[in-house]
Amino acid sequence: MGKKTPLYECHLEMNGKIVDFSGWDMPIHYGSQLNEHKQVRAEAGMFDVSHMTVLDMQGDNVKGFLSTLLANDIARLTQPGKALYSCMLNENGGVIDDLITYYMNDTFYRTVVNAATRIKDIAWITKVAHDFDVTITERTDLAMIAVQGPKARDIASKLLPSDLQASSLALKPFFAVESNNTFVARTGYTGEDGFEIMLPNDDAAPLWRKLAAAGVKPSGLGARDTLRLEAGMNLYGTDMDESITPLECGLNWTVAWEPSERNFIGRQALEAKKDNIDTQFSGLLLLDKGVIRNHQKVIVEQADGSTSEGEVTSGTFSPTLGQSIAMARIPKTKADRCWIEIRGKKLAAKIIKPVFVRNGKSCIEPR
Amino acid sequence: MSNIPTELKYSQTHEWIEIAHDGTGTVGITDHAQELLGDIVFVEVPEIGSEVSREEPCAVVESVKAASDIYAIVTGEIIEGNEELADAPETVNSNPYIDGWIYKIKIADESELDELMDAEAYQAFIDESEE
Repeated sequence: MGKKTPLYECHLEMNGKIVDFSGWDMPIHYGSQLNEHKQVRAEAGMFDVSHMTVLDMQGDNVKGFLSTLLANDIARLTQPGKALYSCMLNENGGVIDDLITYYMNDTFYRTVVNAATRIKDIAWITKVAHDFDVTITERTDLAMIAVQGPKARDIASKLLPSDLQASSLALKPFFAVESNNTFVARTGYTGEDGFEIMLPNDDAAPLWRKLAAAGVKPSGLGARDTLRLEAGMNLYGTDMDESITPLECGLNWTVAWEPSERNFIGRQALEAKKDNIDTQFSGLLLLDKGVIRNHQKVIVEQADGSTSEGEVTSGTFSPTLGQSIAMARIPKTKADRCWIEIRGKKLAAKIIKPVFVRNGKSCIEPR
Repeated sequence: MSNIPTELKYSQTHEWIEIAHDGTGTVGITDHAQELLGDIVFVEVPEIGSEVSREEPCAVVESVKAASDIYAIVTGEIIEGNEELADAPETVNSNPYIDGWIYKIKIADESELDELMDAEAYQAFIDESEE
């Protein structure tokens, strides 16, 4: 018996197939992962992400704290509600977790971290916060529903409390608005437009049922994974972990080197490493039939005819493209082809940027 | 409740076999198996002419979730693979007992069939494994 979110009964009612996810009883699908995936790309789907950890960080020196804790620069957030994606690093530059932080006001930021890393994240954050006199409050009183897809905002905004209907629809991407403990952010993990809605636990099931009645299809963790992979979004624990720096998992863009005097945790290690990285984080498109899976071997042929090996970090079948895709850490190369070892056979794949589908459309150039 | 046709025989690894008049077998996976696997996106059928041994992996079914081995239900020689599945693997989900067959086999030892389950025994086997 795992932990249950306030939406657990809704999942059972809607035929959710329940699996264990980091100690939580969560729906993997409600009948067909493929249909759920396609529904999010075409119209709108919703995900229970209440298992994720919401942390409110408050104090006069909270900005200085986050400026030390995060590899991205919290000073980039100057407007209320604005969100920042960042990694939180250890002293070796390894990724403890990736997270989103929202600026509420100068003494109050809200961060959402992964469910699977909750305990170590809270331990680390609390330890770092100690020197800054910042209060960390875990918001277990809030549930979270991600409503994603081209029709998601139109449908969901009408079902929110009246004081959030217009303001939520007016949000720019990567902004949030809050009223009476309901927090609506125009963010997501699918490559589609949509909202992530945090709300009091007791309000979650009523909103979920209203969304379902309005045509938003319940979607499980299975579709969430294929959607994020098509969108080229990293998954913690799979594409990176504490032994991997952001420079080795395609997250260079989230490391703010300027201002140079900002001494975030892990900075020294990253600076020592940044000119000596011999891998690249790439997208792979399987040209043959088959399905690429995590940890399969990638063989790259270099210009001098030698071969070297890399590894698939996330692989799956792309429902939108109808072929298999992957993210992989491979030796640095100018080649645009590689081979993936699948059950003893070498299958050809194209090396591309790790973004496959955005806003319902393929990002892949035709072969 | 999954569908279990009475005219077929079943293995504990959720394959079925239908015996034709000429003694050859047609093999696929059960309705219960396709339900467990979820949406099927790729099927690797065995090569024609290959010799397979009972309970050894001989084909692979990949769902969006994971790859699963399909075990040879009896010992024999593969005489045909279902090439239609290359472009329509989802047939295994929608029609596992007819159009979703995976391979045809020339059975080496008919006595192996006696060790398979009939529909009633297979139903009991599923019920037991779900308890």
